[in-house]
Amino acid sequence: MNIVVCLKQVPGTTEVKIDPATNTLIRQGIENIINPFDTYAIEEGVRLKEKHDGKVTVITMGPPQAEAALREAVSLGVDEVILLSDRAFAGADTWATAYTLAAAIKKLEACDLIICGRQTIDGDTGQVGPEMAEMLAMPFIAYVGAIEEIKGGSLRVRRLIEEGHEVVVSSLPAVITVSKEINVPRLPSLRGIMKSKSAKITTWGLADLGVGEDKVGLAGSSTQVIKVFFPQRETTAEMLEGDVPKQVDGLVARLKKAGLC
Amino acid sequence: MDYFLTEEQQTIRDLARRVAEERILPVRAELDEKEEFPWAMIHDIAAADLFRVFVPEEYDGLGGGCLELCLVVEELSRACSGVAVSYAASALGCMTLMEYGTEEQKKKYLPDIASGKRLGAFAITEPTAGSDAGNIKTTAEKVEGGYLLNGTKQFITNGGEAEIYTVIALTDKSKGARGASAILVEKDTPGFTFGKKEKKLGIRSSATRELVFKNCLVPAENLLGREGLGFIQAMRLFDRSRPGIGAQAVGLAQGALEAAVDYAEQRVQFDQLLITMPVIQHMLADMAINVEAARALVYAAARYVDSGAKSVTEVSAAAKVFASDTAMKVATDAVQICGGSGYMRDYPVEKMMRDAKILQIYEGTNQILRSAIAVNLRKRKGRTA
Repeated sequence: MNIVVCLKQVPGTTEVKIDPATNTLIRQGIENIINPFDTYAIEEGVRLKEKHDGKVTVITMGPPQAEAALREAVSLGVDEVILLSDRAFAGADTWATAYTLAAAIKKLEACDLIICGRQTIDGDTGQVGPEMAEMLAMPFIAYVGAIEEIKGGSLRVRRLIEEGHEVVVSSLPAVITVSKEINVPRLPSLRGIMKSKSAKITTWGLADLGVGEDKVGLAGSSTQVIKVFFPQRETTAEMLEGDVPKQVDGLVARLKKAGLC
Repeated sequence: MDYFLTEEQQTIRDLARRVAEERILPVRAELDEKEEFPWAMIHDIAAADLFRVFVPEEYDGLGGGCLELCLVVEELSRACSGVAVSYAASALGCMTLMEYGTEEQKKKYLPDIASGKRLGAFAITEPTAGSDAGNIKTTAEKVEGGYLLNGTKQFITNGGEAEIYTVIALTDKSKGARGASAILVEKDTPGFTFGKKEKKLGIRSSATRELVFKNCLVPAENLLGREGLGFIQAMRLFDRSRPGIGAQAVGLAQGALEAAVDYAEQRVQFDQLLITMPVIQHMLADMAINVEAARALVYAAARYVDSGAKSVTEVSAAAKVFASDTAMKVATDAVQICGGSGYMRDYPVEKMMRDAKILQIYEGTNQILRSAIAVNLRKRKGRTA
């Protein structure tokens, strides 16, 4: 089985601060990690390889320091890693990111399954997976909690939906995004870490992908972040007086007024 | 402190720390409470290649020595000494094989030890042979087809869980300790069964059991080295394994120190944090001084063993004695600092105090080891070794 896993290197905190001048994340002094949801994608890829044979290729788009995330992926058992890095890729929204990743995947030998984390912990959009599937004209399944079977070019998964589980069958190749229910990621092994130190990192830039400059990075982005801010939170407390029926009436009236019931 | 570890040694230590913090720490209280062998943790340790650390490269290991083993044991013990000893006992169980085994014996057993697929154990102690280790009664009579084992081994770490046992038994009863030999016995050999699982004060997740041999026939090729060498092999083994117990003690003491600092940083009495009170500060400082001194001695002893030095008895005994006495004292003081809370099972320090006691007892009681040091001291007239 030929499996591709997409990952993103993110700041290792959920309390990211925004630079008000540039509207981008302040990354100084924060350790970078593999996006936690992507670690489940890596683990699932490696498990499928161990079960069905084949190869796992990890792709990331990011600055040169994203190489560290790729080396960590090697220590966890993936076979090949590719870094998409070019000044032209900077400032990409989810669309341009998906476009760049899809272009790289088209360049690879045909794959059977593409696995992504359900969303990142910095951007939190969950859009890159489905957008990429659209661009690659592949079926897409989100929030996969278990891969039940892969057989004869088809895939059966259990995905999480609000009301419960949904079992979906799809043809391959396909794109899935995974939730943390799917597995418990392994820790690296010593042999893996040693291998990762000398692992070859393939780096592809704009020219290698053969796509137009206007399709990637800020230029290829159809959205742009104008402002990032935390909504003002106001809390006030009001004590309801009187006996219980009167307090209940008062409460219901206030809830109605606030449009909450 | 910087102990000038190589990049590889740092990698080993960091990974062992991750395994300990992410996989062992969250379940250590439960393991202690249930007295259940930590197979899930053993699998995690194996998956991280940590069992490969002490096995030579030609048998699927990473070729590390005593110091590398100590680094792993220390980190595991910082989270749970019971898990740490289960790991270390596997190393103990195959060190005689690594030193005296034939190529065939090593090829047969070491790759499985390295991958963590099978655990090892070492068996010398018997009801009549504790500190008086030469007074063993288990016999291995040479018969047609191999050795016939009869007798009972006591307090064997990894007993029942390990699959490869190095057993010290008398091949010549008339010679006493000089008639002892080291023999490999596999689990499930007919005539080899396990006695009761001991209920212990501490290191409760580890397995401690009796090994019972009743007309247990073991192939002749399972002899390690030559007949009659068993006692010497065992003493040589302990000389090289004791820094590991020292490392277990250092890890435990480090964990207790951290827990005590943590508590003192939060607990307010008389309107002030404990950590701001001189009486507590001095206790913590003494704990920290002793932990670091113990670590320095353990690493020095481990490096001396790895250097190939001939006589390591004294320094490895010193490392084990000092570190285990330190662990007992530090864990007891950690409970004292945490007060009533520290005495409760909701906090980790009471377990550490219970776990610490065995460190002063096994692999040579601290009294026996002081005697050994004293013998050497007389030989060299008190001068530096």
